[in-house]
Amino acid sequence: MAEPWFYTDVVKEHFFKPHNIFNSEEEIKGYEADGVGEVGSPACGDVMKMFIKVKDDRIVDCKWQTFGCASAIASTSVLSVMVTEKKGMLLDSALKIKPDDIVSRLGELPIRKFHCSVLGHRALRAAIKDYFKKSGQKKRVVDDEPFVCGVKK
Amino acid sequence: MRGVYLDNAAATFVDPRVKAVMEPFWLKDYGNPGSFHAMGLRALRAMNSARSNIAKVLNCSSDEVVFTGCGTESVNLALKGVFLANRSKGKHIITSKVEHKAVLEACKYLEKYEGAKVTYLPVNKYGQVSASNLEKAIRPDTILISVMYANNEVGTINHISELSGVARKHNVLFHTDACQAGLLNINVKKLGVDLFSMNGSKVYAPKGVGLLFVRKGVNVVPMLHGGGQEFGLRSGTENIAFIVGFSKALQLMQKERKAECARVVKLREKLVKGILNSIPKVIVNGHPKERLPGNVNISFLDIEGESLLLYLNEKNIFASSGSACTSKSLDPSHVITALGWPYEVAHGSIRFTLGRRTTSADIDHVLKVLPGAVQKLRTLSPVRLKYG
Repeated sequence: MAEPWFYTDVVKEHFFKPHNIFNSEEEIKGYEADGVGEVGSPACGDVMKMFIKVKDDRIVDCKWQTFGCASAIASTSVLSVMVTEKKGMLLDSALKIKPDDIVSRLGELPIRKFHCSVLGHRALRAAIKDYFKKSGQKKRVVDDEPFVCGVKK
Repeated sequence: MRGVYLDNAAATFVDPRVKAVMEPFWLKDYGNPGSFHAMGLRALRAMNSARSNIAKVLNCSSDEVVFTGCGTESVNLALKGVFLANRSKGKHIITSKVEHKAVLEACKYLEKYEGAKVTYLPVNKYGQVSASNLEKAIRPDTILISVMYANNEVGTINHISELSGVARKHNVLFHTDACQAGLLNINVKKLGVDLFSMNGSKVYAPKGVGLLFVRKGVNVVPMLHGGGQEFGLRSGTENIAFIVGFSKALQLMQKERKAECARVVKLREKLVKGILNSIPKVIVNGHPKERLPGNVNISFLDIEGESLLLYLNEKNIFASSGSACTSKSLDPSHVITALGWPYEVAHGSIRFTLGRRTTSADIDHVLKVLPGAVQKLRTLSPVRLKYG
């Protein structure tokens, strides 16, 4: 009999076998991203960083790093799959990804985990914004509200 | 594989010797100790003997031992009961910032609904309350001091007899939450305490039984009203099987304490040294020496505790974490932060608590799995905290 677990099978799969990750410090340093975005803080317990490569307005490659719980790691992993599958997602479509889209790909998340776990989409938006800035498309830059974590200070 | 269970501060197994003495009370001696017949009398005698054996262990008299349903109940009875019985003398309580939630939440309840004033004392970097800080906090209206014997998260032991001495000098009642202290000296006279809480689920007895030592002459208002059991302090039909088991468990633990402490401390040191030798960027939490024999609490920087727990769980290692993700609130451990560490250090804290079944091979297994798990999560993490 399988041992009980805390999240869905999809979360488990992405947590233990995360997609689109760096395997070493050298890989991180050597990665030439077109856009990088980071949100969260270690004090809050969640930090997500996304790296994207863009070609013809599509995300052709995406890597990520996450400090956080299992559902946070799984969310970022599944998001990296979502934006790179089927030849890569158009930037305009990627900007429309909502937290709910990530959660439904994962099956479900405990309500309590929702808030922090799906922070990945903010990191992705930040990476796309960074790409727009670096590639001189300032008109396409849209600012997000700053993210506030739930930890009491 | 039974797995490497390193969460003995959360719950212990029921020792087979304890289980054996509980056996008659399910099908045979199930009478109510309050009943006036042979069945009742058998239950009453079993309970009395359990109580007197516990009294011997604690070095108090039988009528100073009140059985309850759990450690939380004992703590609540001590704090609320003493407050209500003594409120005419004052409404000030002193406790510490690193207490178990049972103490902290009971205090908050008294503040909110009964007008109590509570001082939450800071602790040193190991988690200890100092006698001088305690003395400074005492006011003319202070009626109760509650400081834990040993911390459930970081394992640090407080100098209870010194602290209770300060309380006595100022004529203030002193309670200690001793739920983690089964392997320590639990002679209440030596400790000099007026009230003392313990429970079964940390000493190889079942969950669902606790005790409160109430020194003779200390006034406590009961929380549960009814048939007047437990000297009127805790009404409700006594849980004979669990009381008998709890008594046996405490006797065994105290009898075997010296040898078991030595054995467990050796394993603890092996685990700590092994971690320090194989994993960079770790912080050992709590006091290096004045700590529970079986407690190891370590913060692994740059990673989050829940993730590491689940990696360990996958390899059949069962531990616990002070991370916000594993708590019911969204806040990380109030204990680690009270030691002066920032939130990010608390998020990465893991507690391994060794117990009676922990073997050297268990520690080897942990030391084999842990470095790889930490490294994998660190590669996944964008955080690179400053260290040293």
